[in-house]
Amino acid sequence: MLEAIHAWMDSVAGGDPFIAGVLTVAWTLVKILSVLLPLVICVAFYTLAERKVIGFMQVRIGPNRVGPFGLLQPFADVVKLLMKEIIVPSGANKGLFIIAPLLTLAPAFAAWAVVPFDAGVALADVNAGLLYILAMTSLTVYGVIVGGWASNSKYGFLGALRSAAQIVSYEIAMGFAIVCVLLVSHSMNFGEIVNAQQGGFFSWNWLPLLPMLVVYFVSGLAETNRAPFDLPEGESEIVAGYFVEYAGAPFALYFLAEYADMILVSLLTAVLFFGGWLSPFPESWGLLGASSFVWLLVKTAFFMFAFLWVRATFPRFRYDQVMRLGWKVFIPLTIVWVVVTAALVKGGVI
Amino acid sequence: MSVEKIIFYVFAAILIASASLVVTTRNSVRATLFLVLCFVCSAILWMLLEAEFLAISLVLVYVGAVMVLFLFVVMMLDVDYAALKSGFVRFLPLALVVAGLVFAAIYSIVSSVHFGLEAYATPAAHPAEYSNIKELGMLIYTDYFYPFELAAVLLLVAIVAAISLTFRGSRERKVQKPEWQVAVNRADRVQLVKMAAVKKEQAAPASDAASE
Repeated sequence: MLEAIHAWMDSVAGGDPFIAGVLTVAWTLVKILSVLLPLVICVAFYTLAERKVIGFMQVRIGPNRVGPFGLLQPFADVVKLLMKEIIVPSGANKGLFIIAPLLTLAPAFAAWAVVPFDAGVALADVNAGLLYILAMTSLTVYGVIVGGWASNSKYGFLGALRSAAQIVSYEIAMGFAIVCVLLVSHSMNFGEIVNAQQGGFFSWNWLPLLPMLVVYFVSGLAETNRAPFDLPEGESEIVAGYFVEYAGAPFALYFLAEYADMILVSLLTAVLFFGGWLSPFPESWGLLGASSFVWLLVKTAFFMFAFLWVRATFPRFRYDQVMRLGWKVFIPLTIVWVVVTAALVKGGVI
Repeated sequence: MSVEKIIFYVFAAILIASASLVVTTRNSVRATLFLVLCFVCSAILWMLLEAEFLAISLVLVYVGAVMVLFLFVVMMLDVDYAALKSGFVRFLPLALVVAGLVFAAIYSIVSSVHFGLEAYATPAAHPAEYSNIKELGMLIYTDYFYPFELAAVLLLVAIVAAISLTFRGSRERKVQKPEWQVAVNRADRVQLVKMAAVKKEQAAPASDAASE
């Protein structure tokens, strides 16, 4: 089908570089939409799943009024948020206040450009994919800091400062955990990282890199400001942290970016440590043993569930505990583990 | 004009505009954000030169970490803008001389004589599967190993200096020790004492006294 589209584009352009350029841009836009639209819908239902799952864990029912089993609740929420007035606080830095949610959302979406969905299926299958994702996720912090500062509010500013410190600290541990993965798979390309894990459940990276899996997932929780590391939001102390002054559509953008990042971290955990689209079963099992997009979906869904599970289970950390875990436990641990992994790879153990 | 040229001119223009705004903007937070924009634009220009590792690490290290800390500090400073501008006219001649000297020094190194089109041949485009990360790694750990290690030592010196500046003697004040907090047992804190049952004296019903 892809060849047919390319052939059709060539026939329409007829050798004219301008029309060919326009068609390429249009086709790229279609591809981008085909990634982002399912992502946004996924975010919408993830918010519903969050309320349902946590409701179940706390022996409640959760939303069940809008549509069958509350399935239309996300759409009701979206309509509600979009209809609300956008309030700009007095004394706020107006330009930055409006631009801040976009600064968080744009990198959160841009990161999906290199995310792999199956062997060779990605918007851009680049060599330095892993590095690109790290760079993009490190940019989301700007929206948080700028939003907190621009809203001219003490709570917002405190939330922004907490968030900046937390994200910068945990990024280091996350980076080292990823360095271990690329040491083992000899590549920063997602396709090659997954291919290096071929051979069933016990040849996936989670077994040799178990401590790094834990570090990566916990750092992922901290990077996305999720419980138990949700101090930047901290409802019970600083009201809602950096987005306390935001209402309506800009608030919805922050929300969208946070959930898109959570899905990204879940998907990356599946790709980096759990074999991506590879099947856990031997190839002789027919359809169950074949590697496919569905396996990646299942694994990602499990880690998305784990995000909610953790939120319903653990109380919030104290701020000094967050910093201690990041700087005094994770960073030394990961630095040592990078050396250990490098030695094991050199010795041919992994 | 090819697409690469259009992209180059657009981002070069944004780069120069934001770089001049860094020095001319009054608000220091905005100036820092313009500096971030500067870094992003130069990362894109490096990307055009097929130096994707350098481009991404510029975003990752400078934009993602260094500038965040910069912004962090700048936001918490209470800058007096009037005081900053007070000596402008008085220091202008000196500043112009210094600026001219710095410009001359930089120009003598990166002028078109050394970096012009005549001095450098047009670099050949690399095939799609070419990985400049591997090339860079090979160079850093073989030919340029000594400068690389020197840079690392320089960073170490900076860390030691920063720590010695902020170090305030050994910790003798009371601090929480998380490992103790975690290691605490119920038995250390709670003691259950067995007491003989005590029978309370039967007090006179208060309601009876009130009704009389």
